Amino acid sequence: MKIPEGYYYSKDHEWVKVENNLAWIGITDYAQDSLGDVVYVELPEPDSEFHAGEAFGVVESVKAASDLYTPVSGKVLDVNGELPDNPEKINEDPYGSWMVVVEMSNKYELNDLLSSEEYQRLCAEEG
Amino acid sequence: MREYNKLIFECSVAGRRAYSLPRADVPSYELPQNLVRSEAAELPEVSEPDVIRHYTNLSQKNYAVDLGIYPLGSCTMKYNPKINEEAARMPGFAEIHPLQPVETVQGALQLMWELENMLCEITGMSAFSLQPSAGAQGEALGLMIIKAYHQYRGEDKRKKIIVPDSAHGTNPASASMVGMDVIEVKSNKEGSVDLDALKAVMNDEVAGLMLTNPSTLGLFETNILEIADIIHEAGGLLYYDGANANAIMGITRPGDMGFDVLHLNLHKTFSTPHGGGGPGAGPVGVAAHLADFLPIPVIVKKQGLYDLEYDRPMSVGKLKSFYGNFGVLVRAYAYIKTMGAEGLKRVSELAVLNANYMKEELKEYYELPYEQTCMHEFVLGRLKINPYGITTKQIAKRLLDFGLHPPTIYFPLIVSEAMMIEPTETESLESMEEYISALIQIAKEAVENPQIIKTAPHNTPVKLLDEVAAARNPVVKWQKEDTKD
Repeated sequence: MKIPEGYYYSKDHEWVKVENNLAWIGITDYAQDSLGDVVYVELPEPDSEFHAGEAFGVVESVKAASDLYTPVSGKVLDVNGELPDNPEKINEDPYGSWMVVVEMSNKYELNDLLSSEEYQRLCAEEG
Repeated sequence: MREYNKLIFECSVAGRRAYSLPRADVPSYELPQNLVRSEAAELPEVSEPDVIRHYTNLSQKNYAVDLGIYPLGSCTMKYNPKINEEAARMPGFAEIHPLQPVETVQGALQLMWELENMLCEITGMSAFSLQPSAGAQGEALGLMIIKAYHQYRGEDKRKKIIVPDSAHGTNPASASMVGMDVIEVKSNKEGSVDLDALKAVMNDEVAGLMLTNPSTLGLFETNILEIADIIHEAGGLLYYDGANANAIMGITRPGDMGFDVLHLNLHKTFSTPHGGGGPGAGPVGVAAHLADFLPIPVIVKKQGLYDLEYDRPMSVGKLKSFYGNFGVLVRAYAYIKTMGAEGLKRVSELAVLNANYMKEELKEYYELPYEQTCMHEFVLGRLKINPYGITTKQIAKRLLDFGLHPPTIYFPLIVSEAMMIEPTETESLESMEEYISALIQIAKEAVENPQIIKTAPHNTPVKLLDEVAAARNPVVKWQKEDTKD
């Protein structure tokens, strides 16, 4: 199970990669592994705004459909348009498959997220 | 003919017909040009025997509860007694029209009125509506009633519906459909609602809690009275998802547990067919303080005569055309009458006994995440000894080779690799033994011959499918040979 350093992690199994005020968001290796083969992705329109904890999209595998929750509040600047046509990318390269870029409205929310070590412990508990 | 795999289009032979229309006895009429097709519709051209053989061949691939055990957890696939069918086919029920004057359909109205009363007695509620045509529509109605109740009391801000993480997916979906916001609460280690987590989300915006009891883990929510107090003290209402009512008939009643609204699935607990997409019924019962909100028309009895009453100003309105899926109601009525009070209690006792028997026999081979007495169903996890990483999906496919219907899999979501098994009371010891020995055989194969599981099914008309490719690139339309890419 890959849990690279340098990312923030949410309890809902999303990762966040931060550069200045921008947050790239995707789902973790653990998430893609539990879902199984992803067959469908629904992403928001650019410019939509979300509060932390709100659902911004949906991933569907042959096993289940799950909401995607944004771990940080802000405005969606860009979405990864490649994913809806190639949902298998999420299984192949979960950390390369960013879903949205959010302009964060409250960087302090990052303090509520987990480090790679803390996230590793969470996965072990849920394992 | 097991290998018969044709589409009706592939049976087509140019010029063949299965009909002969009588000679027209009225003058013909030319349609305006803009209403006429420019090319012929590509319909299959087949004879009547072609049609009959095609669909009869397909129908013989079906699996049904009339063929064998169907232990789909949470679905209560019990045997559907044929006396129900006989009752529903009586001309006085089968050949009436919903717009007939009520004086001419007193028997049908009496049946519905009595069925409402029997469901009230079974559940401890004070009034019922038989209109909802399925469980999900029942949920939607129940939530509309909850919403109307809060609006009537000037508490429009109550828009939050709490749903445990073990709930049926329809619960949050129905709440969203009626414009509520869903809040999920986690289960504790025993599989029950975590009371502290519940208290933490209570506030004056909560409209209610939706709860299935026994839960989808097949476990009875022993804290139900305390849960009811927490919800009611905060001004919310308690909704009972009756999907699992088969476990409790004659033993306990949602009304006595403090529930305000509920739905029952007549096609589960009350033995009406699940139907190949045919009608179901999801009657909704309410406590006295919600009776005025039930949909119209309401069946009333005045001076010995039954009538449909529409003048109900607080009603949420009309839910469905006419009065519900009447034929299904007749079957449920026949079931309750033939079983009687003692019989229904025995149904629940045997449903629980059967589930516990299968659980005890299988827990040696499969993980049992919640080790306690179950109700009418139980949830298993992975194989206990699993050196080759066999998944639940592969086990389900392998069961098909034994001629058995797999259980519900990957639900509830809180158990990984879940298998949810509900034998129901109508399975004999022999049929349960057959199922148990198939699952034990598969557990042995998982160690000795994993390949046979991974490549299953081997004995079905269609073998192992690439479900991922099918989901990613679905082909849902027949293409003519010469136009295929």
